[in-house]
Amino acid sequence: MRRSWFLWLTAGLGFLFLYAPIASLVVFSFNESKLVTVWGGFSTKWYGELLRDEQILGAAWISLKIAALSATGAVVFGTLAAYVLLRVGAFWGRPVLRGMTTAPLVMPEVITGLSLLLLFVSMERALGWPAGRGMMTIVIAHTTFALAYVAVVVQSRLVDMDDSLEEAAQDLGAGPVRVFFDITLPVIAPALVAGWLLAFTLSLDDLVVASFTSGPGASTLPMVIFSKVRLGVSPEVNALATLILAVVALGILLAGLVLRRR
Amino acid sequence: MSRRWLVIAIPMLWLGVFFLLPFLEVARISLVDPAIARPPYTDLFQDGVFAGDFENYKLILPKYFYGQDNLYITAYLNSIRIALISTLLALVIGYPMAYAIARAPEPWRTVLLFLVILPFWTSFLLRVYAWIGLLKGNGVVNNVLIWAGVIDQPLVMLQTDFAVYVGIVYTYLPFMILPLYANLVKLDGALLEASSDLGASSAATFLRVTLPLSLPGILAGCMLVFIPAIGEFVIPALLGGPDTLMIGRVLWDEYFRNRDWPVASAVAIAMLLLIVGPILWLQRSMERA
Repeated sequence: MRRSWFLWLTAGLGFLFLYAPIASLVVFSFNESKLVTVWGGFSTKWYGELLRDEQILGAAWISLKIAALSATGAVVFGTLAAYVLLRVGAFWGRPVLRGMTTAPLVMPEVITGLSLLLLFVSMERALGWPAGRGMMTIVIAHTTFALAYVAVVVQSRLVDMDDSLEEAAQDLGAGPVRVFFDITLPVIAPALVAGWLLAFTLSLDDLVVASFTSGPGASTLPMVIFSKVRLGVSPEVNALATLILAVVALGILLAGLVLRRR
Repeated sequence: MSRRWLVIAIPMLWLGVFFLLPFLEVARISLVDPAIARPPYTDLFQDGVFAGDFENYKLILPKYFYGQDNLYITAYLNSIRIALISTLLALVIGYPMAYAIARAPEPWRTVLLFLVILPFWTSFLLRVYAWIGLLKGNGVVNNVLIWAGVIDQPLVMLQTDFAVYVGIVYTYLPFMILPLYANLVKLDGALLEASSDLGASSAATFLRVTLPLSLPGILAGCMLVFIPAIGEFVIPALLGGPDTLMIGRVLWDEYFRNRDWPVASAVAIAMLLLIVGPILWLQRSMERA
């Protein structure tokens, strides 16, 4: 039993390490003082400040739109990629597709960002599209890297799925399209939801790829936060972090309740 | 038959255009010269003649061979060093955590696993930012240590390599814990019992049974931390000092500050060479799993 307490102590310290910074963000968001690290009394004034900050609010709106669009795109293309990899049988390009759906998971963001930017610039020169960079180009970039994560989630669901269901439908005369929409899609739907949320979070969180592929007038929330934070700590950013945490916690709570009721 | 090809073609085309093609663009632009133009580089073919060269690659070589200065090679080696040290630290911290979770009784196991994943759903940028407030000269860590009487003078932690290690370990710890957990949870308790029945001490059992069996998990976790750490930009930019040169940061500066797209491309290709081995290895082990 002696080893057991040692194990739990190290694990406890590990969890402290994971959560202490998050706790400090929350605590100092209610700090009266502007010096984020010295306690100057309880106050909610930074939340008021945050809600009056047009720059942050505007950027948050842009980020939410980009995240919703790219998560939807990533679910469509990621599900198709997963389906093609596991259900349509062998074809010459399968190893290539498999490589292209796993490589973005581990590609450094600076390379993804730079390479997409160079592509957009060359495409604009050769085809006239996309005309300039902005929301549209960020959405394409985010769709591309989030697609890989969706493909992983959907693939693991497809592997677990009993394919005799699909076979039975086929034997009863349903065409492949009908089988997909009536059988496969409902079964893998939870994975699509999980994949969408994952892609949404990834997009909302991304600074590097968005910075490379953005243009004037399309600053996302991480871009605005980064430029603020570079100048030093700001209690307003702490307030924003606390709000994000609250939304995430609420979302998880709701998801838990919905799942329990099933 | 044609419908099948349509289904195959859609993801292939999207990824071909927006994932594969961009790399060819990076390779192409790494061979041309910067220019004061829009876009700021020369063409690879001028009047139908191939006009590319390896000048950008020569530039990023160390001074000893052709290079201008040792900036790029320093950043390259620094990235490897920082990524290696951070990976080892993450392993040392993550292993006992993964082990404890794998050994925990059922309701706890799910809760602890959930607590490991939870921070991932909150903003990465803001979690890195939290460390600025903790590590500053008059930050929380220094205040606690002074209050506890451990130190008299605040330690300089922010804008050092130490802060970068902390940031990387903090950010990527879940990526270390999850594959380790997945491996350790499958570990057969009977093997451990057999080992201790045969007279091995618990340390010997750990070193000769548990550790070797968890090697695949260790390797997967290390790759998942090492690969993103190599190309990291945000953590060295926010927590590192001006001399914490990492290759991702150098690439960023070449592009955003110097507007030298061809050199940025050459740096990207050099970075890819560094991680292509670990990536291929990871991909193979993922396919086997």
